[in-house]
Amino acid sequence: MTTIKAIEANLLTKRFGSFTAVDAITFDVQQGEIFGFLGANGAGKTTAIKMLIGLSRPTDGQAKVAGFDVYRQTEQIKNHIGYMSQRFSLYEDLTVKQNIRFYGGIYGLSRREIKTKTEEIVSNLELRDYSNKVVGALPLGWKQRLAFAVAGVHDPKIIFLDEPTGGVDPATRRQFWEMIYAAANQGVTIFVTTHYMDEAEYCDRISIMVDGKIEALDSPRNLKIQFEAKSMDDVFIKLARA
Amino acid sequence: MYRLFHIVQKEFIQIARNKAILPLMTVVPIVQLIVLTFAANNEVKNVQLAIVNHDQSTYARQLIQKIQVSDRFILVSTPRSSKEADALMQGGEVDIVLTIPPKFEKRFYQLKSGKIQLLVNAINGQQATVGASYLSSIIQSFNKEIRSDAAPQLFVQKVNPIPRIETTNSYWYNQDLDYKYFMAPGIMGELVTILVMLLTAMNIVREREIGTIEQINVTPIKKWQFILGKMIPFLIIGFVLLTIGLTAGKLIFDVPFRGNLGIIFAYCLVNLMAVLGLGLFISNLSNTQQQAMFTTFFFVIIFILMSGLFTPIESMPKWAQYLTIPNPIAHFVNVMRSVLLKGSGFSDVWFNFWVTGILAIIFNTLAVWSYRKVS
Repeated sequence: MTTIKAIEANLLTKRFGSFTAVDAITFDVQQGEIFGFLGANGAGKTTAIKMLIGLSRPTDGQAKVAGFDVYRQTEQIKNHIGYMSQRFSLYEDLTVKQNIRFYGGIYGLSRREIKTKTEEIVSNLELRDYSNKVVGALPLGWKQRLAFAVAGVHDPKIIFLDEPTGGVDPATRRQFWEMIYAAANQGVTIFVTTHYMDEAEYCDRISIMVDGKIEALDSPRNLKIQFEAKSMDDVFIKLARA
Repeated sequence: MYRLFHIVQKEFIQIARNKAILPLMTVVPIVQLIVLTFAANNEVKNVQLAIVNHDQSTYARQLIQKIQVSDRFILVSTPRSSKEADALMQGGEVDIVLTIPPKFEKRFYQLKSGKIQLLVNAINGQQATVGASYLSSIIQSFNKEIRSDAAPQLFVQKVNPIPRIETTNSYWYNQDLDYKYFMAPGIMGELVTILVMLLTAMNIVREREIGTIEQINVTPIKKWQFILGKMIPFLIIGFVLLTIGLTAGKLIFDVPFRGNLGIIFAYCLVNLMAVLGLGLFISNLSNTQQQAMFTTFFFVIIFILMSGLFTPIESMPKWAQYLTIPNPIAHFVNVMRSVLLKGSGFSDVWFNFWVTGILAIIFNTLAVWSYRKVS
């Protein structure tokens, strides 16, 4: 009872008409863990995330995020989580600083807190020379790192990342994962979806979704043993083909 | 309040950075005000006229001269035969054919009544009826002149002087019947409403297209804060537009400001709330900016055509008159005209205030309701 789980999902289900997008998934995520959420396109990852972050109402099952119920307490959940979606979701026509100020303001940060946060993000990302440039003018990799930083502007307990590194070059992906590790080291729980199997190896534990169900859930090492596979690639292909 | 401030601030930065919005707010309304006020003119002028003159007499020539003096008619042709005149009418070259019969003058001196034929092209109903009545009145007054001047001896003693009823008109609120005074205030109201409605309707849906709305939806922002944050910038834009419109109307057309401008701005506030609510509602229901635009056009066209701006509401069928009650543009046009031209006070436009107020409540409730943070 001493460790509060960051995320608890129990038979969480979402149906759209007769189609079951997410089929009774059950899993826990520990605090400070980097939890990889894998699956082929259309396996139901994004739908599952949307239920957890309060954008989509579950059809059935229970789930708690940061100790709050996904049916009744979505607004409390939103105070404690950060989210970075597949689509780039900062304002391209605002500058780096203005984006940070806007999201900080929306999360209710004070003027002073916004100022320190802005300083921190700009110096961590080495964006000082670009802080007054519109975000639309930045290269994709920089944008994604900035989006991650902005998702954590209010120091949330959990950050959800939905394919954060899609279309980003390997060097920038590395930098991105360094940011993820740094956040996890400070106790932030990371819930991340990805299609890159090398990234899956960086996670503490991963789950693999196939057709709305979680077919495997363990550390990358144990999964490789369990499926008698050399790499995560093989694990994934074995599961997805089955 | 603090969150609200951040949304408003963000909207203003985006508006300022958008290259299309600034000209849309300044040049476009002024150009439209000028063009529409001059062009949307219901006065009947330049009626194309053909005269078939079968009577080469002094009277016939005098009548034709009298008609030509009027600036309402353009004598485009004087065909020899009715057949030729019919062809002109058929070809759409003339609106009215006036036929002066043979022996027109002679019959007059014989104390027989003279008959003049007017053939009117009624496809353009207004041009036809109004043109014909102008022409009739010219003929009437010509008739009177020749009766008294040219041949008093023939008529004065013989015809019993039955008293005639004559009307003299005095035109209140617009003495010179300057159509521009009538159009400009209405067009100002219409422009403010349309521009603001379009801008708002495109706003939220744009965030949906880009994907930023999802990011907003995972924040603990309240629905009303979001909607209000979207409304305030456009309210301010609406006021700027109205100010530009009033200034342009005064400088260019010298539109009279007889009433209290405070009433106009107060009404503008209520009206904008209604229109903004509707715009945001449309935006919430649309998935793309294109959808939002077409939906807005649907409303805008109905609103304009049924606003009394171009055609009087009083001459619409009863059911259509009722349909103008929930039309914010109709109220705005009415308030602008009443206050500016008649100097109406608050009590005179009270009806417009409270109907628009109810609309504002309905539309904004719909806007907040239809904004879903959770699907």
